[in-house]
Amino acid sequence: MRARPAARLWSHVWVHALVWLFVLFSVYPILQVVNVSLRPGDQLYTTDLRLIPRDATLDAYRAILFDKPFPTWLRNSLLVSASTALIGVSLASLAGYAFSRSRFRGRGAALQGILVTQMFPATMLLLPLYMIMRKVQLVDTLLGVVIAYVATALPFCVWTMKGYYDTIPVDLEEAALIDGASRFQAFRRVTLPLSAPALVITGLFSFMTGWSEFIVARVMLPSAELHTLPLGLESLASTYQTEWANYAAGSVLVCIPVVVLFLLLSRYLISGLTLGGVKG
Amino acid sequence: MSARGAVADLESRGGRLALWFLAPTAAVLLLVVAYPFLYNVGMSFTNWNMFHFRDPAFNGLANYAKLLREPEFLSVLLRTFLWTGVNLVFHVTLGVGAALLLNRRLPGRPLYRALLILPWAMPQYISALTWRGMFNLEYGSVNLLLGKLGLGAVGWLGGEWTAFAAATITNIWLGFPFIMVVALGGLQSIPEELYEAARIDGAGAWRRFTAITLPMLRPVLTPAIVLGTIWTFNNLNVIWLVTKQGEPGDKSHILVTYVYKAAFTYYRYGYAAAFSVFIFLTLFGIVKIYQRTADREAF
Repeated sequence: MRARPAARLWSHVWVHALVWLFVLFSVYPILQVVNVSLRPGDQLYTTDLRLIPRDATLDAYRAILFDKPFPTWLRNSLLVSASTALIGVSLASLAGYAFSRSRFRGRGAALQGILVTQMFPATMLLLPLYMIMRKVQLVDTLLGVVIAYVATALPFCVWTMKGYYDTIPVDLEEAALIDGASRFQAFRRVTLPLSAPALVITGLFSFMTGWSEFIVARVMLPSAELHTLPLGLESLASTYQTEWANYAAGSVLVCIPVVVLFLLLSRYLISGLTLGGVKG
Repeated sequence: MSARGAVADLESRGGRLALWFLAPTAAVLLLVVAYPFLYNVGMSFTNWNMFHFRDPAFNGLANYAKLLREPEFLSVLLRTFLWTGVNLVFHVTLGVGAALLLNRRLPGRPLYRALLILPWAMPQYISALTWRGMFNLEYGSVNLLLGKLGLGAVGWLGGEWTAFAAATITNIWLGFPFIMVVALGGLQSIPEELYEAARIDGAGAWRRFTAITLPMLRPVLTPAIVLGTIWTFNNLNVIWLVTKQGEPGDKSHILVTYVYKAAFTYYRYGYAAAFSVFIFLTLFGIVKIYQRTADREAF
């Protein structure tokens, strides 16, 4: 049964109009940051609404890249985020598998417990965490923040992995077991490769956690040479009035890698984000 | 259930393996979350603050009693509920709405999809500060755009409710893509035949949406909504940065920003710890109730 052509055309127009409204809403604030980053010094406060400011300049980018310790911040952030992603994915892919495939005692409680860890205001955990880290001499080390970030990202990652494993038929592993594979081999060679989309998501999510966190970092990383990008940017923002364009330029630079990652991986995002239920 | 046999098999052969698989995660979570959590619970029964920094003493339920007598307590609590509720309603309607649009055969669909995910990709502190700039009275683009539409400027960050609205709009912006992505995944797993069958039976678009789409989305949306509730309820960044630490006059706080200020601006640790325990219990209760009702409705 086909609708009349005129009605079809109208619904087409409507859908496009709505999609464009959504796009405008999503993208406008981002264009705004780009706009500020390109403004020359005398136009920081302007009532001009054009997307590319008059006399656009790359001065702020030059200042950020060459006059600030941006390369140091970048190196630290890359190190922290990549380690967080690597450790996060490893731990979550294992734990999620146990939750999906094994019916051990206390399984339901443990799954709920993982969710419950998200419910306590995270900033309050900071003080005791600092004391633990000082005891094991991990304050003012990148490893210390990596451990904290892994713990932040893990609950979501474990749930995502568990949910995805649930959608993979157990029969495949069974076949591998019959062919003489060990339990671990069945996991490693059969299930893990099939879970690529979920692994990509947990990796991305863990990376983002490290890339954008600054409250823990501010407490745990007093030394300037260990500062990560968010700490660096924050130092620009606290002298808000004078460095607004630099801050915006820094933000753009910080966003570019994650935006590229999201764009490259957006296909996986949709197929891999299967949050499982407690029961399933 | 062909899986039954294999599961039994995994249990006998893989029981030990499961333990090994869980151990590293458990270790990290116990060290970084569970111990500090218990420490906080202990701290909530003491008078630890600026004056008793070295010699905190047990003071029973005094912090909890103080908390309940706090004149702002009720308003902060209600504002937190409102914040969570409004954000989630918009996250879910916009997220599912966008997913429905993007699930159509649309030219340029991958591009649109990528553009709509962007708010999620941006680090929250950058988004929050950007929106704060956009809500500036004179130079912010929100008011400039309102002006272009012939509407008057709004003093967003100057009033308690408008500041709260500004933070809410910011958080709606950065939160809807998550639900959209989850919903898109859910929509793609609904078999087309269901819709065909419904069409043959003469079901209209709205009927197909309520009878097929929504029930089929529920299993993926429920956990996403639970997570969204927790994240929104405890979202420090957005309120803190958009309203600049609860301005005007500490009137735009939600529970977590209130606690953060009590602990790290006023150094009332014991009190802040009691408040955090209260937040935890409240959130725990909400999530439990939500999961119960979601479970019951599923049948």
